[in-house]
Amino acid sequence: MSKTLFEKIWDAHVVSHPPNSPAVLYVDLHLVHEVTSPQAFTELRQRGIKARRPLQTIATMDHSTPTTPRGADGLIPVTDAMAVTQLKTLVDNCNEHGIPVFELGTEKQGIVHVIGPELGLTQPGMTIVCGDSHTSTHGAFGALAFGIGTSEVAHVLATQTLLQNKPLTYEIRVDGQLQEGVTAKDIILAVIANIGIGGGTGHVFEYTGSAIRSLSMEARMTICNMSIEGGARAGLIAPDETTFNYIQGRPHAPQGADWDKAVAHWRTLPSDAGATYDKQLILDADTLAPMITYGTNPGMGMSITERVPDPKQYSDNSQKMALDKALAYMDLQPGQPLLGHKVDVVFVGSCTNSRISDLRLAAEMIKGHRVADGVRMLVVPGSQTVKRQAEAEGLHKVFVEAGAEWREAGCSMCIAMNGDQLQPGQYAVSTSNRNFEGRQGRGGRTFLASPLTAVASAINGVVTDPRTLVAERAFEVTPV
Amino acid sequence: MEPLKPFSASLVPLPIENIDTDQIIPARYLKVTDKNSLAEGCFTDWRQDPNFILNNPRYQAGHILVAGHNFGCGSSREHAPWALKAYGFQAVISTYFADIFRNNSLKNGLLPIVVDAETYQALLDLAEEAPEAEVHIDLASQTVTLPNGQKASFPIDPFSKTCLLEGIDELGYLVKQMPEIEAFEASHPARVQTAG
Ligand code: SF4
Repeated sequence: MSKTLFEKIWDAHVVSHPPNSPAVLYVDLHLVHEVTSPQAFTELRQRGIKARRPLQTIATMDHSTPTTPRGADGLIPVTDAMAVTQLKTLVDNCNEHGIPVFELGTEKQGIVHVIGPELGLTQPGMTIVCGDSHTSTHGAFGALAFGIGTSEVAHVLATQTLLQNKPLTYEIRVDGQLQEGVTAKDIILAVIANIGIGGGTGHVFEYTGSAIRSLSMEARMTICNMSIEGGARAGLIAPDETTFNYIQGRPHAPQGADWDKAVAHWRTLPSDAGATYDKQLILDADTLAPMITYGTNPGMGMSITERVPDPKQYSDNSQKMALDKALAYMDLQPGQPLLGHKVDVVFVGSCTNSRISDLRLAAEMIKGHRVADGVRMLVVPGSQTVKRQAEAEGLHKVFVEAGAEWREAGCSMCIAMNGDQLQPGQYAVSTSNRNFEGRQGRGGRTFLASPLTAVASAINGVVTDPRTLVAERAFEVTPV
Repeated sequence: MEPLKPFSASLVPLPIENIDTDQIIPARYLKVTDKNSLAEGCFTDWRQDPNFILNNPRYQAGHILVAGHNFGCGSSREHAPWALKAYGFQAVISTYFADIFRNNSLKNGLLPIVVDAETYQALLDLAEEAPEAEVHIDLASQTVTLPNGQKASFPIDPFSKTCLLEGIDELGYLVKQMPEIEAFEASHPARVQTAG
């Protein structure tokens, strides 16, 4: 029988499936961070249970960590007492259970979804979970990766398994070729605008089609990252040569004969010809424009040249109320264009767009320009590894010379837990993944967009179509 | 966990779609390392608005939230059901829930009740017309009963239902699967080692 990529991974990880119960699903890799784990460790302690597979688990610090520059002692100062406690709790918990932990500012520390792939821990065919909804990122490698709650973090720590009902499948096929100035971020924002943020509920996405195949691994991660914003538990892309080339040689990648064996296995994973999905969406990459959100969820998005929609167009009352509330929060009028709208802050970062290719693209775009007066631009690398690489390439100098802030690695203004935040009423163009009310700081207003759109808007001080700058600059900005 | 008994409570209407967990409990409340202090953070930013429903004296006694579809989308934070429970909610009724929120709620005895559009509207109308009116929720028969006797059934997977009714905890259940887990591991070598 023909199987999809999802079904192959699922079937290979079912430990048992008693009748009238969810399946017991085995977890190959468990990622842990400071915010969603403390109560899980408490649960284990109360029951006298030790982590079952500490070396199939890795912990990092990212959410509540500051990204401000290091002090004279080379350390990153944490001034928030609650964050100090949370970080210390993580270290104590990991030490107690023998779980490796990357502490703040150390060589491999970074956003949980950036470090897994860059260390070669994320590999095709695996099951990967984390107490974080953007675990879907790792699906770019053809791994079944999804976010879990804290109770489930305890389940995985204790048993290396989870109780799961089998989700349905949803093929998202993107054929064709992206136009200049249009990137992976625009693809995924278009998908979500199309199906709505609840559209994928109960499903696992698989992204297919020629436009997806031609993307780099980092661009594929940007797409899978935001699967959750379309309501899906996970997003998958079948592994191929691009995937294998990315993984080969990374610290945790298989080596020698193990490598050949692994690749041979990975080649069996893509969905079989004739495999069917429960749902399907088809998009044409050629017709996509840069996307931007106008509202307070990632589904409230449009082409950058369009105008803010009118709540009156909805007959459904709860839809109308949601858009009314969103426009009031954003202080936008129906029918208003976003192009030319003032911008106070530009944030380049987050597990969606903080990898080296994102930073290269942003640097290429801003080179020779300056951040407009009155605009604050933050560039926050996704990990210490990304930061070192960017500095080796001199990208940090480009940003600093242009008037942007160059930061330490972490989630930063994506979630505004660490002091990096918008002030009430400010507008930001952000490369992150969520524009929920208050997400980037209480009263702050977020336009989600690609790194190109974010940088173009920083340069002009207003929301800007990056294609105007790309054309004018006459260099080729390689889309990621 | 305590077994979940049938209960009656009045409603709080919040008919907005796609309410995300950042609204239910903003990130700045996530630095706690326990669960108990979250009531204060529940919908805290929306509560700044004096017209917000939770500030309306008519709905102070409500323990069942009736919310627009896709309630609980966004972040996987289990702090969302913890905060709703700490605030005093026993159930949330919607036309559908975001996956992770629904899972997290079931694990904490906060019932996520999915009803059809017609029942949803009837509940909103009831909340609007008679805020003090109570509906009865019975998990065993999977029914919501309105004061006029109108009944609606709601779906729940049999496993979660048993766990909730009998107070079975899922971690205990999984630990009992250890022989199967060990057998699986014997034929499924670890894919990666994070150290060493
Ligand atoms: S960068 Fe943002 S979305 Fe990603 S893990 Fe951090 S807080 Fe979550």
